Amino acid sequence: MSKHPRVSKLFQKELVAEAFKQSFVKLNPAAMIKNPVMFVVELGTVIMLVMSFYLLAKPDAVQGSFGYNLAITMVLFITVLFANFAEALAEARGKAQAETLRKTRQETPANVIMPNGDIKVVMSSDLKKGDVFVTSAGEIIATDGEIIEGIATIDESAITGESAPVIREAGGDRSGVTGGTKVLTDQIKVQVTTEKGESFLDKMITLVEGAKRQKTPNEIALTILLSGFTIMFLIVTVTLEPFGRYANTPIAIASLISLFVCLIPTTIGGLLSAIGIAGMDRALRANIIAKSGRAVETAGDIDVLLLDKTGTITIGNRKATNFYNVNGMPDGEFIKYCALSSISDETPEGKSIIELAKKSNIEVNLNDFKNDTFIKFTAQTRMSGLDTAGGLSVRKGSIDTIRNLVQSNGGTIPVNMQKIVDDIANNGGTPLAVSVNGKAAGVIQLEDIIKTGIQERFERLRKMGVKTVMVTGDNPLTAKFIAGKAGVDDFIAEAKPEDKMNYIKAEQKAGKLVAMMGDGTNDAPALAQADVGVAMNSGTQAAKEAGNMVDLDNDPTKLIEVVEIGKQLLITRGALTTFSIANDVAKYFAIVPALFIASIPELQALNIMGLVSPQSAILSAVIFNAIIIPILIPLALKGVAYRPLGAESLLARNLLIYGLGGVIVPFAGIKLIDVLLTIFNLV
Amino acid sequence: MEYLYSAIIILVTILLAVPLGRYVSKVFKGEKTFLDFFEPIEKLIFKISGINPHAEMDWKQNLRSLLTINLVWFIWIMFVLLTQTWHPFWNPDNILSMEPTQAFNTAVSFVTNTNLQHYSGETGASYFSQLLALVFLQFVSAGTGIAALALLFKGLANRSTRNLGNFYFHLVRACTRILLPLSIVLAVVLLLNQTPMTFKGSETIVTLQGDTVSVARGPVAAMVAIKQLGTNGGGFFGPNSTHPFENPNGITNAAETSAIMLIPIAMVFALGYYLNRKKLAYVIMAVMTAGYLMLLIPTILQETGGNPMITQMGITQPQGSMEGKEARFGPVLSALWSISTTVTSNGSVNSMHDSFTALSGAFQMMGMQLNAFYGGVGVGFINMFIFMIIAVFISGLMVGRTPEFLGKKIEVREVKIAILVALLHPLLILGGTALASHTWMITENPGEVLKWLNNPGFHGFSEMLYEFTSSAANNGSGFEGLGDNTAFWNISTGIVMLLGRYIPIIGPIMIAGLLSQKKYIPESAGTLKLDSGMFGVMLFAVILIVGALLFIPALVLGPVSEYLTI
Repeated sequence: MSKHPRVSKLFQKELVAEAFKQSFVKLNPAAMIKNPVMFVVELGTVIMLVMSFYLLAKPDAVQGSFGYNLAITMVLFITVLFANFAEALAEARGKAQAETLRKTRQETPANVIMPNGDIKVVMSSDLKKGDVFVTSAGEIIATDGEIIEGIATIDESAITGESAPVIREAGGDRSGVTGGTKVLTDQIKVQVTTEKGESFLDKMITLVEGAKRQKTPNEIALTILLSGFTIMFLIVTVTLEPFGRYANTPIAIASLISLFVCLIPTTIGGLLSAIGIAGMDRALRANIIAKSGRAVETAGDIDVLLLDKTGTITIGNRKATNFYNVNGMPDGEFIKYCALSSISDETPEGKSIIELAKKSNIEVNLNDFKNDTFIKFTAQTRMSGLDTAGGLSVRKGSIDTIRNLVQSNGGTIPVNMQKIVDDIANNGGTPLAVSVNGKAAGVIQLEDIIKTGIQERFERLRKMGVKTVMVTGDNPLTAKFIAGKAGVDDFIAEAKPEDKMNYIKAEQKAGKLVAMMGDGTNDAPALAQADVGVAMNSGTQAAKEAGNMVDLDNDPTKLIEVVEIGKQLLITRGALTTFSIANDVAKYFAIVPALFIASIPELQALNIMGLVSPQSAILSAVIFNAIIIPILIPLALKGVAYRPLGAESLLARNLLIYGLGGVIVPFAGIKLIDVLLTIFNLV
Repeated sequence: MEYLYSAIIILVTILLAVPLGRYVSKVFKGEKTFLDFFEPIEKLIFKISGINPHAEMDWKQNLRSLLTINLVWFIWIMFVLLTQTWHPFWNPDNILSMEPTQAFNTAVSFVTNTNLQHYSGETGASYFSQLLALVFLQFVSAGTGIAALALLFKGLANRSTRNLGNFYFHLVRACTRILLPLSIVLAVVLLLNQTPMTFKGSETIVTLQGDTVSVARGPVAAMVAIKQLGTNGGGFFGPNSTHPFENPNGITNAAETSAIMLIPIAMVFALGYYLNRKKLAYVIMAVMTAGYLMLLIPTILQETGGNPMITQMGITQPQGSMEGKEARFGPVLSALWSISTTVTSNGSVNSMHDSFTALSGAFQMMGMQLNAFYGGVGVGFINMFIFMIIAVFISGLMVGRTPEFLGKKIEVREVKIAILVALLHPLLILGGTALASHTWMITENPGEVLKWLNNPGFHGFSEMLYEFTSSAANNGSGFEGLGDNTAFWNISTGIVMLLGRYIPIIGPIMIAGLLSQKKYIPESAGTLKLDSGMFGVMLFAVILIVGALLFIPALVLGPVSEYLTI
């Protein structure tokens, strides 16, 4: 999302300062207990602190010096701070991101229409749900709402970064407006749809605030697993005390606590909540407002994506690409008739016909037709055209309607014209017929332009195991052609809103998870039914309420990004868990010989890293354990780079990097710290 | 030669396990088999006990049935052992009733398929007890494990239903269709090789030197067959299969070694046939075999290398370390048996584990501490299942999906149960050993008062660690140097055996019950496939890091220090 260059640097000065402060605030045990792994580290720190001062009063050779104990205490304390800092930094970044969005909704005056019809100026923060206000050209829309009257062009660049203005109008599927955007033309009446503090953005902000954040189900399951590991290692360390006594090797409290803290998964424990917050933050950065963390997580599991053809697979709307003159009249004349018949057709297709005519240097001067009657295109007649005072009658419309017209005049569609029509249809285009004075004159070819690079994206999705389904109002023949060309796996042609719903239900019945994007009120039931429903911000309030995410950019390809954000979130958790647990191998080799070496000198054979002394071995291991947390903060916040590979290659890759890497890195790290400690004479 | 012999035993066992697995899958599914002539007997059993074997039960009802019948057996065996003095028949040697804590330990040990045996068979148990309590339990406790696995398979195969089948149906069939026929075959092999099967009392013979010796005998062949096949391990005689009557020659040794692993391995193949996922069975089989060889090969090397103390004296040992081993088996076949019996929670021995070189002791203990390389009949795969849940959870995340196990989502409840079960094993082993070490240390003059350890120090520590490891893993073998027939050991290991048996059955069946009710999610390219080599690697890593690492400090203090200081 390069068009949103907002909070980009990982360690921004203000954010780091705020996070630093918060890392101390978060030491409050009532808050720490939410993270059981780090809570026990905090507990260990307290015990060590008491122990250090006890030793100051009453030295004990077995327990080591005051200085050594204090050093361990400090390292443990820093470990807790680092973990808090990671969470605080993720939180600060999320909040900053939300703030930039929130800034767009600064105090803005709104002209509220009172029940008696008077206009009263109310500040945006005082608007209530149900209030109606008027915004005219040049004014900023005060808050989120739905247009209940009027049509306007709106500049949404403040939110989406997209400079091209968009049209929003009452009644249709594009009636939603966002606070902070600017009306460029016309005037609209907007009804406020959310209470203050309950907007989607407000909900999103709670997802990036550590204290208020609800853990997602997967995060809870992982926390339980990590707590289980913590208890396992507690058993290992506690039982070591009597074992040590039996072996005539009393073990210092500092050593036991160090071993315990090193073995429990502090790396993932310290970063887990930062990873979750960063996932929400990444969604926000992509201009997606998720209503729950669960929705983002579920996005990673999506099996089926329903994608609207228009805007996602094809660029905008169909365009006229060719004129086929079949009646023997001069080409210039035919094209002119084509253009004339489209003047009253305001659909994008109609406009594209006039544009194509212009390319053939044929322009229509409206002044020439002042006294003539233009026939508007309507959904009922499916025809547009022109009747001149001079008796000329031109019509343009779908093949069926023109055929009916020609036949009612006693004519037929010529064979060569029918062939052109069939060819166009078979190649994924849409043929339109033109008649002049009730006789078939020729064909206009409309074609869909498939977005460049979309095939590769679908290929990516296929590798991820996601099935893509194109939803279109086109007839099955056209739909099939485009589906094949774009590389989607399936399509729903001549789709009505209930078709989407039925498709989703059928897939869900087979156990699949389905994501879709929609904007209209018609889409609302399907958005609610889908496992991940992304509503466009320009959509109706009903659609936005029904979905579990809102896309501020109104970009239909956003679904693909959502899936990747979800997967990345889970992969980052898995990778760091693996890394954290794999680290234990080296830590065992560092600490276990150090525990007993005093009474069993032969255990030097297990000191394969050649660490200088037992104390330096233990200190090096806890220091490594602490500093690995800030080292991994960037990874936790940015997420593990996601690659669209099959599950097995992805597992192989991550297992190699984070599993094998997790075994090897600490050997080098602990040794390095040991060398440094020795050089600086710290042990 | 012995290496080739060992390789053949392993290969033949695996080859036999394939068709057996296919057969077991049929038995579990209730399909027709060539042993259907047992049906009238089964019907009679169900009729007498008033059980409808076709009543479908959910996981709670099944577990309730399992625990109830196990409690009934426990009471029965306690009663028999405490009343041996009054046994009306089959007690020709007039063996006395057991002391209560020993009876408790023995009862628990046989109900839990452990067979720890703090008594010596020939002097502690009457023929009546051996056959009607102990051998009976060797069948039904093995049957319990197999039936529990059948419930687990059903849960994995189910889609959105609650019922796991009927525990009683599987229990009876496991005995009549699997354990009994195989035991008969093995017993016949043993009989043909002169293993005794008689109800006569000890024979008194006069040796060439003129000494009078009382030679114990009895219905041996029957008990040996089921103790090997049902991963029981409890022998008729104290010295187990080192005794020439239990294991007379090379043929019986090969048959008995193979019998240890046959059913546990067959269960893995049964999974493949049952779920129609043969590749998954191969992956699990590969992981288990890799673990087995990882323990077996260094043990063989250690034993053939000889005793380092003797080497230091300048004496060569071309035969390897022979202390505590039978001359007719030698170090390689003893090592093969010792690792086979420890990984499978069998616990029978053909050599004395206490006398193995130090590191071999660590490998034997590791086999029991992981307890999932083949493992006990039925329960072996159940233990592996817990490791699989944890591996699936972590690796599922790494492929970017919330984790799934064969199409079922692994969520909070499953993780909670799996990790609690995984916690139990280190808690019992390390906690038990810690309690013993502590008791030893706080007792003044423990050698005189407690009399547990003949040789304190590292080896004594290994003996205590081994005893709790063996109890928690329901293995039943021992480092026999430990004076374990005391109230402390009888009660503490009794409790450990109970917890170590039932919690790892209850937990996985609960998970199976939960998964059974879940919606099935079809596989896609993004789904982590459990039958891929990569998952096998992950699973193996999880077993080593989550399972093995926990015991490293304890092993360092015991066998590793012993090894390094010799």
